[in-house]
Amino acid sequence: MPNKKDYTNGLPDPSALRDEILKKYPPKIAKKRVKGMVINDPSVEQEVMANVRTIPGIITQRGCTYAGCKGVVLGPTRDIINLVHGPIGCSFYAWLTRRNQTRPAEGEDNYITYCFSTDMQDSNIVFGGEAKLKEAIREAFEIFKPKAIGVFSTCPVGLIGDDVHSVSRDMKAELGINIFGFSCEGYRGVSQSAGHHIANNGVFKNVVGLNDRARTGKFQVNMLGEYNIGGDAFELEALFEEAGITLLSSFSGNSTIKSMEYSHTADLNMVMCHRSINYIAEMMEEKYGIPWVKVNFIGAESTAKSLRKVADYFGDAGLKAKVEEIIERELAKVNAVKVSIKPKVEGKLAMMFVGGSRAHHYQDLFNELGIRTVSAGYEFAHRDDYEGRKVIPTIKIDADSRNIEELTVTKDEKLFRNDLVAKKADLESKGFEFKDYAGMMPDMAKNSLIIDDVNHWETEKLIEFYKPDVFCAGIKEKYVVQKAGVPLKQLHSYDYGGPYAAFGGAINFYIEMERMLATNIWKMIDAPWKHESELVGSMTIEA
Amino acid sequence: MLLRHTTKEVRERNALTVNPAKTCQPVGAMYAALGVHGCLPHSHGSQGCCSYHRSALTRHYKEPVMAATSSFTEGSSVFGGQANLLQAIETIFAVYEPEIIAVHSTCLSETIGDDLNQIVIKARDEGKVPFGKYVVQAATPSYVGSHVTGYANMLEAFVKYFAEKTDEKRRQINLLSGWVEPADMRELKRIMKVMKIKSVLLPDTSDVLDTPMTGKFEMYPKGGTTIAEMVSMGDSMQSLGLGEWATEKAAISLDNTCRVPFEITDIPVGIKATDRFIQALAKAGRVSIPEQISEERGRLIDVITDMHQYLYGKRVAVYGDPDNIIPLIEFLVDMDMQPVYIVSGTPGKHFESRMAEILSERVPEAKYKNGPQADMFLMHQWIKENPVDLLIGNTYGKYVARDENIPFVRMGFPIIDRIGHSYFSTLGYMGGLRIVEKILSVLMDKQDATCLEEKFELVM
Ligand code: SF4
Ligand code: SF4
Repeated sequence: MPNKKDYTNGLPDPSALRDEILKKYPPKIAKKRVKGMVINDPSVEQEVMANVRTIPGIITQRGCTYAGCKGVVLGPTRDIINLVHGPIGCSFYAWLTRRNQTRPAEGEDNYITYCFSTDMQDSNIVFGGEAKLKEAIREAFEIFKPKAIGVFSTCPVGLIGDDVHSVSRDMKAELGINIFGFSCEGYRGVSQSAGHHIANNGVFKNVVGLNDRARTGKFQVNMLGEYNIGGDAFELEALFEEAGITLLSSFSGNSTIKSMEYSHTADLNMVMCHRSINYIAEMMEEKYGIPWVKVNFIGAESTAKSLRKVADYFGDAGLKAKVEEIIERELAKVNAVKVSIKPKVEGKLAMMFVGGSRAHHYQDLFNELGIRTVSAGYEFAHRDDYEGRKVIPTIKIDADSRNIEELTVTKDEKLFRNDLVAKKADLESKGFEFKDYAGMMPDMAKNSLIIDDVNHWETEKLIEFYKPDVFCAGIKEKYVVQKAGVPLKQLHSYDYGGPYAAFGGAINFYIEMERMLATNIWKMIDAPWKHESELVGSMTIEA
Repeated sequence: MLLRHTTKEVRERNALTVNPAKTCQPVGAMYAALGVHGCLPHSHGSQGCCSYHRSALTRHYKEPVMAATSSFTEGSSVFGGQANLLQAIETIFAVYEPEIIAVHSTCLSETIGDDLNQIVIKARDEGKVPFGKYVVQAATPSYVGSHVTGYANMLEAFVKYFAEKTDEKRRQINLLSGWVEPADMRELKRIMKVMKIKSVLLPDTSDVLDTPMTGKFEMYPKGGTTIAEMVSMGDSMQSLGLGEWATEKAAISLDNTCRVPFEITDIPVGIKATDRFIQALAKAGRVSIPEQISEERGRLIDVITDMHQYLYGKRVAVYGDPDNIIPLIEFLVDMDMQPVYIVSGTPGKHFESRMAEILSERVPEAKYKNGPQADMFLMHQWIKENPVDLLIGNTYGKYVARDENIPFVRMGFPIIDRIGHSYFSTLGYMGGLRIVEKILSVLMDKQDATCLEEKFELVM
């Protein structure tokens, strides 16, 4: 085990590590992987190869399009039956495993605890599964009387020619409730990311705009790309409520389909996870003129910044004052905890490889504690999540992205918010930034190692090289990394802890880092006799 | 209420499964392959399946679960996955260096019609399989059977590929294990030792999915059935399969290809199934049963007689896999409990007859169902209609248990909210003791927590 590197004068150049990683690969693979591994230099523009196919045989963190569609965007919504059309497994594995907390009122619908599947059998594969799907929808309707049903396709569905969209249309007409389908077969894209896009399209087409409800608040917003893992959304809801900001709908933590139906009556969209949800934000702007801003409520400083941004957008003196009051009060609480924990964890090293936004957002939390991020990357992001939205026009659309539908959105003449467009133009002229996601790389130190779609071999090597104090990833990586003696914090499921969002969440996270980094248990791995020489005793039992 | 839409009115369903009591084939194939030493499971399909199966097994074991995927994209699903698998085999041997790659298919590759056999031959012909390394394949379409079927198919693939018949018989038996925990595999090995019978256990996930913390990650932990052991299975005197669903195929294959006769018995859960197992072993190994085994049996019976009053007449609902719950139900009946509701998503016609055999006289009111729509939703509806005192099954039961306030014992797959299942065996007489202990603890905890204060007992 190499000793810890000296980081006093910045991070060490990891070129040697990169070369060693690549050496193991067959040349063709090495040539591809090297483009996804960038030694960061914030002073120059660098390109990361992202959102490309994983090489077959590589042990990747990634999941599939279906996971991104069913699991991420609609999984957390409680008042819809999400019916999975396919063999049993896909639905089984997505059953409650993502920790999207939800808080239905007494008597309100909640289907999150249920798992629905058509459980396709070989006869359905051979003769088609549409009839079974129809019957399953009918049965679901009769038993549960839901207000909406979403139909999700898994791998075999597209291949055998089942048309979930036409079935959904027919059943919608027959049953008189909202029913819509998603062509989110696992192979549609190179990762979950394609599924996010498909889900965004489906929700925008079939849900958003169904209810032009009258205003209920002075400052109406939506929260996009927040999934209420570990109760994050509850923290944010409380925060907005206190500030006097009306949260119409959330996509999709602690959400309802009902609320998404009137989400287009908002004055502003806040985008948290840029990767998974920017499509809806963009489409809402095109259709209804609602501007969007990137926010980040992970980290106390970031939370304060994001709150101020929203208050500045509305420009209301009362709101601004209220927000300042909250920030001052909450930061005092946060700092009280921080001062006691920071000295214990400062200077430690972290690395994080998750999702499409958390590997960036969580760096803020670590920074607040003085913990350095030496290496990071996303599981299924695109170049803009690394390099910023400015590179979007230069991203090549490859064969894998081309088959995901780009909706043509037209302006809704009746509901289009010219007032917001004017407001946006005015604010922009004063330097206020909309759609301003600069990506992960500018925020990372020189010489930090950026790795897209990190795989098992690379993970092993990274640990060997950096000896990090904490590694952040998901469940599949958790025990691999821990077996190597390094604690792993799951940033998908939060290891069943949290919330970590907003001020209260920051405090929770600091305490969690204190727990993980200050424990002595890792030092007890070696038994006290490990280095003693072997004795053969005189009282040995003869076998 | 967590499951607020479940009511007692049962409406017949023919198409909709709600809250399944089964999952899909590949996860079983993956689990079986992890019980072979130096083996890397490989999922031939798109990434999601592999990611889901690894996650499910990881949550259950809290251990590394390594497996690779063919990472299909739209192109592979149109043109077939051959190129992906060839590339995967090359990549895996170069980067991860296993002894064996155990390929299983998925819904996707099966629907496309990829012929694994032919692709693997091609890989060999093209020199993508290094000398002394192996690629084994099993077809595991998830629209047939369940996770148990996948396990059975992978076991069959291993013996088909490796077992070799030479001229010399070996004085050993093949112990084909059904889907049980690493601790159970360890217990099986202990019993074999006590019985003084030489055996090859396949698969063997002990020392693979229960490894110690050493500060060093081992991609291929020390456990698992070795290649040499699998090869030798063709010369064994007999095969003993534990659980019809999981092991019959492999046992038949060994008989067909290597003329190793077989017997299928239940997984040794509880008294009678363990009795049959021990007797089958004694017969196969031509040994008499050691006193130690009889003593263990006696201890189990002793505890049941001591605590009989707490068990007698208790109504139980059970869900899980046929191989595991058939002997469990028998055990519950032997303890005078009343297993009244039983579901298993795994199809198979013997389930009904086995249940009838065990239950028709002793628990005539019992309802049981397996296969399509035999799901936890149905079981919960039955419970709503007429409550039970105890629920036994995988972690998903906790939602039912909380809503209905039923003491709950976790058994089966997956158990993702408690530990212990991978470390403490529930097989054999000693394992039976653990089952009794677990059942008593939850029943008595409920009594302690809810009885009237004046009825609160110090001694129980
Ligand atoms: S596509 Fe098939 S193999 Fe994959 S998770 Fe779904 S049911 Fe299982
Ligand atoms: S934050 Fe990460 S895990 Fe969550 S949706 Fe975005 S990419 Fe996925």
